[in-house]
Amino acid sequence: MEFNAPAGATLFDTAKIVGKSTPRIDGPRKVSGTAPYAYERHDVAPNQAYGYIVGSAIAKGRILSMDASAARAAPGVLAVVTAPETPPLGRGKQNIAPLFGGSEIAHYHQAIACVVAETFEQARAAAAMIQTRYARADGQFDLAKAAPGAPLDKGEDGKPDRKMLGDFNGAFAAAAVKIDARYTTSDESHAMMEPHASIANWDGDRLTLWTSNQMVAWARASMGAILGIDPQKIRIDSPYVGGGFGGKLFIRSDAVLAALAAKATGRAVKVTLQRPLIANNATHRPATIQRIRIGAGRDGRITALAHENWSGNIGGKEGENATLQTPKLYAGANRLTANHIATLDLPEGNAMRAPGEAPGHLALEVAMDELAEKLGLDPVELRIRNEPDTVPGEPAKRFSDRNLVRCLREGAEHFGWSARNARAGQTSGGQWLIGMGMAAGYRTSPTQTSAARVHLDASGRILVETDMTDIGTGSYTIIAQTAAETMGVSLDRVSVTLGDSRHPVSAGSGGQWGAASATAGVYAACVNLRRAIGTKLGFDSDAATFSSGKIRIGNRSLSLRDAGPLSADGEISFGKFKRDYDVGSYVAHFCEVGVDRYTGEIRVRRMLAVCDAGRILNPLSARSQVIGAMVMGVGAALMEELAVDKRFGFFVNHDLAGYEVPVHADIPEQECIFLDTTDPVVSPLQAKGVGELGICGAGAAIANAIYNATGIRVRDYPLTLDKYLDRLPVIA
Amino acid sequence: MKPFTYQRATSAPDAAAVAARTPGARFIAGGTNLLDLMKLEIEAPAHLIDLQDLRLDRIQRTDDGGLRIGATVTNSALAADPTVRRDYGVLARAIVAGASGQLRNKATTAGNLLQRTRCPYFYDTNMPCNKRLPGSGCAAIGGFSRQLGIIGTSDACIATYPGDMGQALRVLDAVVETVNALGDVRSIPIADFHRLWGDTPHIETNLQAGELITAVTLPKPIGGTHIYRKVRDRASYAFALVSVAAVIQPDGTGRLSVGGIAPKPWRVAAADDALPGGARAAAALLLAGSRPTEDNKFKVTLVERTLAGVLADAQAGKGS
Repeated sequence: MEFNAPAGATLFDTAKIVGKSTPRIDGPRKVSGTAPYAYERHDVAPNQAYGYIVGSAIAKGRILSMDASAARAAPGVLAVVTAPETPPLGRGKQNIAPLFGGSEIAHYHQAIACVVAETFEQARAAAAMIQTRYARADGQFDLAKAAPGAPLDKGEDGKPDRKMLGDFNGAFAAAAVKIDARYTTSDESHAMMEPHASIANWDGDRLTLWTSNQMVAWARASMGAILGIDPQKIRIDSPYVGGGFGGKLFIRSDAVLAALAAKATGRAVKVTLQRPLIANNATHRPATIQRIRIGAGRDGRITALAHENWSGNIGGKEGENATLQTPKLYAGANRLTANHIATLDLPEGNAMRAPGEAPGHLALEVAMDELAEKLGLDPVELRIRNEPDTVPGEPAKRFSDRNLVRCLREGAEHFGWSARNARAGQTSGGQWLIGMGMAAGYRTSPTQTSAARVHLDASGRILVETDMTDIGTGSYTIIAQTAAETMGVSLDRVSVTLGDSRHPVSAGSGGQWGAASATAGVYAACVNLRRAIGTKLGFDSDAATFSSGKIRIGNRSLSLRDAGPLSADGEISFGKFKRDYDVGSYVAHFCEVGVDRYTGEIRVRRMLAVCDAGRILNPLSARSQVIGAMVMGVGAALMEELAVDKRFGFFVNHDLAGYEVPVHADIPEQECIFLDTTDPVVSPLQAKGVGELGICGAGAAIANAIYNATGIRVRDYPLTLDKYLDRLPVIA
Repeated sequence: MKPFTYQRATSAPDAAAVAARTPGARFIAGGTNLLDLMKLEIEAPAHLIDLQDLRLDRIQRTDDGGLRIGATVTNSALAADPTVRRDYGVLARAIVAGASGQLRNKATTAGNLLQRTRCPYFYDTNMPCNKRLPGSGCAAIGGFSRQLGIIGTSDACIATYPGDMGQALRVLDAVVETVNALGDVRSIPIADFHRLWGDTPHIETNLQAGELITAVTLPKPIGGTHIYRKVRDRASYAFALVSVAAVIQPDGTGRLSVGGIAPKPWRVAAADDALPGGARAAAALLLAGSRPTEDNKFKVTLVERTLAGVLADAQAGKGS
């Protein structure tokens, strides 16, 4: 099915299941410990051995020698796979840093060996016996030092990523009110609960990999490229993923070393990335330096807007483009965005929840707050005054469906924004300085080709199969809801099997495209199944109504059971008409914070997000996505930072004791409101993702609330107390 | 983790005797810190002597009206003890400010005193660390030192003693009771229990080889308002940037010990004496001679401001 024009009326307009709050169908398995996560799949292959990864002790240079003889002789050890003895492997399309092989070291904790033993403890003990000598080389680990000389990244068109519209310099120079500020955001770790983990098993030249991965088709292609084998000979199975946030979009060293170790031992081998390895061995969100200039008239209308970004990455590739939302959010005729990328020798930076937009909002939405104050204008009103008619950075494009102003107005009303004192540092209660802040947010809502297979059995039950993943988001449930709705059966008559590369290729979970794309793919398959049923039973399925396990055509009524068993494949693809539109999701965040007048400790007191993301397929799981993203926004604003040791070139705080994410006590009352909108451009279900939307602006609202509480503006994240303690009011 | 042998001790003197004659022996009680360090081979004991059968898990009144806390009383049990909550509130408050419920259920009184630093360079075995590998150097000096010490540190080590409970014991003038291989008992005032790093940061306490902590005793209650104020980067489950344990009397006199800044619970007599004069004067005396890094010089300000908050709370009757 090609989705080649905006959706008209569909069965989802009168939906009974889609759009209703529905508990996760996989929930009972997860809370009872019976959902098998990758490392716990003891039943899939007999006689599993354990791998333990050794990471490089240097950030850059080469291995001079490695002595693994003691490890090989240690109790229980089956094999030691070493990098110097392994020719450099191929590279997956999405990988930037090398994953394994050869003596060159590109970053700290790069995998240099994997010890395989009968038990995990034996493997770990033997790993400590490996003696490695290195020749250390100099590296560049300091973004601030590298940024001034950093070139422009390549944009989507392959040209240097610097876009200008109108005359920014002239308009900025002439503007009545100006903001020119520099912001920095830190390197961040995904810090998902489940570490990367894989079990590999070879059957001749065929590899099965039970793993934890967001993108099954990418994983299969990458493993083929890395190992130099035909991807068709690889099966990936990733039915349950204990959090990903972008960290599991790609094949990582756990999967590669499980495969090599299984080959070396002739056994099934399981490997997890030990927690202290994850920060430096795997990927992270790169730090940014951002400069924002805004010029406006005294009426608050923006006349000039520039957003320049610097980040760094290994190989000088990709980085973190914090300008992404800026061409979309606010009107203004004269514009500049530029994205620079420095070459650093830190571990690989790659996608993390709302890549680009998450740190971009931390800067842009604070700059807007600064502008509002300079103008003497309410921050909500400033944003409403700059609501664009067409896409500001691409004036030829229309917005598909945009209701940001509603988010702002309804959020302000609901939150009690009018009670905010516009003068900063004026409100207190006991030891607390109290403030309110808000921010707007935009996150693009892409869709990807997505396929599924649907089976109808003789009892009238539906089984959906697709390689789509559920990374804790609720994919199982919205897919079941979609199939139940389309086939006219109750939810308990639908089963869903995900994450297996033997199933049709889906969009996967990434970029906030999963929910919209995968449900559309399942819908396409269900439409094909309905047609197959019509053909088998002799009616025009497009004219029939499927409801309550029955099919009604005019006066005829048939049972779904009569048609089974029957199967159909289906795929949704998205037509070129979308190019005329910008399809985005929108949010207004509001929050209230208290700042301890003595110590500067920040406590978020309440948070609200009002979201515009089209039809909400399952308000219950969508809310979980948004409030989870808001928690991540708290982390980015207040505490999360991979601390760089610029001498040794590594992230120092590389475990969950040192890399602090919010805990329960940091998170207050959270509210999430969804507008009742539909977006006909996005998909037949008119639904957009929310998983990345929720983080966009959440941290900036906190930063703005801190300013409102204290009158102190800190532009370097995370906003830890050491950065403003000496500017807090003098204490008696 | 290296292979090790294991035994359950049957008496305290016996445990001490085994420890004294067995190379590489370590005592284990809750194991909440030791096991983590063993997994990383920062600790690699050849032999573990388990103390769980020694019945050192009782809290008893002493003849002089104080309290004797067995070495293996868990943090949870100690913090929940009615006498502790009534008479030694600063101790209960300090304990519940640390770790998590699960850890406090396992961690013991003696083990808490012996927990090792949380310096990230101590934990990364690729990095030089004089505490982990004497003579190898200190990677923290000149590195990421935001969490680390500002006073009592040395050119060999700038790590801190990370505990909360120890701060309360310090203001309460606790005494550590031990037994050695010969069965000799001794009492070590808490002030003398931990060492400053000097040139030997790998030696963290004044315990002798094989010497076993059997109890911690508290003198009779001193009254006053008991406060423990822990400042950290998140609201729970994090080590202190700065913490203040204080007992403040109605006349404004009092005692304080500050955590997160030094190799030991940091208490200075002159600072105690200056408490009636307010936070600024007391903090200045407490931190006289401090040597912060660029990363952690904020702690100097933070100590003063946190103490001001504590004194305000005491004045307002917040505390126990």
